[in-house]
Amino acid sequence: MSAWREARLVFRQQLRLSWRQPVWAVLALIQPLLYLALFGPLLRPLTHTPGFPPGSSWSVFVPGLLIQLAMFGTMFVGFGLIAEMRYGVVERMRVTPASRMALLMGRVMRDAVVLVGQAVLLIAIATVFGLRAPLLGLAAVLVIVLLLGISLSSFSYAAGLKLRSEDALAQLLNSLAVPLLLRSGILLPMSLAPRWLYLLSRLNPFSHVVDGARAAVRGDFGSGSIAVGFIAALGLAIAGVAVGTRTFHRETN
Amino acid sequence: MAAQTNQPMVEARGLGRTFRTRTGDVEAVAGVDFAVQAREVVGFLGPNGAGKTTTQRMLSTLLAPTSGEATVAGCDLRRNPVGVRRRIGYVAQGGSTNPNALCDEELVLQAQLYGLGAEEAGRRAADICARLDLADLGARQIKTLSGGQRRRLDVALGLVHGPGLVFLDEPSTGLDPQSRANLWTHIRGLRDELGTTVFLTTHYLDEADALCDRILIIDHGRIVAEGTPDQLKRRISGDLVIFTVGPEAERARGVLAGRPGVREAVPHDGTVRVTVERGEEGALPLMRALDAAGIPVASMQIARPTLDDVFLTLTGHSLRDQPAAEGRRPS
Ligand SMILES: Nc1ncnc2c1ncn2[C@@H]1O[C@H](COP(=O)(O)OP(=O)(O)OP(=O)(O)O)[C@@H](O)[C@H]1O
Ligand SMILES: [Mg+2]
Repeated sequence: MSAWREARLVFRQQLRLSWRQPVWAVLALIQPLLYLALFGPLLRPLTHTPGFPPGSSWSVFVPGLLIQLAMFGTMFVGFGLIAEMRYGVVERMRVTPASRMALLMGRVMRDAVVLVGQAVLLIAIATVFGLRAPLLGLAAVLVIVLLLGISLSSFSYAAGLKLRSEDALAQLLNSLAVPLLLRSGILLPMSLAPRWLYLLSRLNPFSHVVDGARAAVRGDFGSGSIAVGFIAALGLAIAGVAVGTRTFHRETN
Repeated sequence: MAAQTNQPMVEARGLGRTFRTRTGDVEAVAGVDFAVQAREVVGFLGPNGAGKTTTQRMLSTLLAPTSGEATVAGCDLRRNPVGVRRRIGYVAQGGSTNPNALCDEELVLQAQLYGLGAEEAGRRAADICARLDLADLGARQIKTLSGGQRRRLDVALGLVHGPGLVFLDEPSTGLDPQSRANLWTHIRGLRDELGTTVFLTTHYLDEADALCDRILIIDHGRIVAEGTPDQLKRRISGDLVIFTVGPEAERARGVLAGRPGVREAVPHDGTVRVTVERGEEGALPLMRALDAAGIPVASMQIARPTLDDVFLTLTGHSLRDQPAAEGRRPS
């Protein structure tokens, strides 16, 4: 229980710090918004292509942007931790009796909250563009986004803590981000791809997450996609928190 | 408090740390043994790279020792690190604050992470700010503070929860003389009013001399001397007796060298500088000897060696000429 209290304390402090520099949270929205405005209209004619998933082009495109936001909004939080290590803040907290998991989770919770705020804003703007989706579906997609954010922010902190250098972290993220982005069908559904590429993409848990998000937004509650996507996101979140906590314990004990 | 009154607050037994680096192993601390008693202010003195920070980081659970063990505030360092963390405060050498945070925020958070309630944490934060001259800075962003103000905030962060034992790693670096004096007063007050045990590192000899009940001198990861400032000054360098003898300096050296109690006699610029165990007792017989040899003495002066002289004697290099120190490592 004291770990929960400590996590909340760290969370509140981190949130205050983010609040003080809202520019970052806003900048993270620029890319998906540009995609929405510039790329979205291009997709409309594609809806009649064979292999294109059911639903309007927006309900295919916006879930992808949300997952992209979840990935790129949280993947880089490790840089912030490296800065905090450099300031000596991490060491100052490590020397207190606070639980190591709380020191991690307080930060992850902040990232998750910022992310959900961004996602809600993105959905609202997409609605102006023409997205129509059932509320329940939107709630489901936010849960998936939240879980994905928890996962990637935990992994990012673990990597930052382990590598301790901005350069090394940047290289790692660069080598991961682009393949993940392309292979999970975030921008274009993998169902458009040749069969071998499609099958390959099935091995990537992120593509199930994206499919689940799409199913949720078009209100396809009958298919198993939402459940599979949810389970994939939950699995990623659990793995991330486990790795993050372990790293926090190991590197800081 | 787990620590019993007659048990040392810190007891290190063969505590050591070797870092593995690409260019080979660095033995930063080579198995040190020492104790810090409750209510003691102990200074850890040594040149750059001696192993002071490494030792303090081990004792505060931040760094795992590669050899030996220690008991800190009654808790075993390896078996009960959380117990140690609960009972200590630590001020790092290199700063500890987020430039975008506010002073108050950081102080209150730190106190709360030690388990204090919000209200109590707020009171303690205000109290420590008042004591360390930070009172007006509570709502300021830390990046707007001056270097010395930020350093005082670091110290405040290590003390805000009122620990029974504090590790201060060069707490007065960057402070102006007035802030330094103020910090000393506060540290003495911690010991005298609250019974706090203080283990600090410093490069300032005057600070160690003025503040510490006891000093440990560390060099190349080993403790090379230990004692009260007076003991160290007396034991290691002895006192300096300076006779002004004009042109007779060389002859005076011949007369004095080798007399009982004289460690060294060096002619220097019309004087002869004699190192003796105790200046007050040693000076008169030497005076008589010069008299008997027919050497007129114009004046006599007894000088206590500074800790810097002590340092020079013990480690072969002075604290103030560190760059030159590398070449003179004892092999
Ligand atoms: N993480 C590390 N990896 C490798 N070597 C290290 C590491 N930390 C410290 N050292 C080495 O250990 C030795 C002791 O360092 P330490 O920081 O304890 O010295 P110090 O007495 O605190 O010096 P200063 O007065 O400069 O603060 C140095 O030679 C240093 O280079
Ligand atoms: Mg140091």
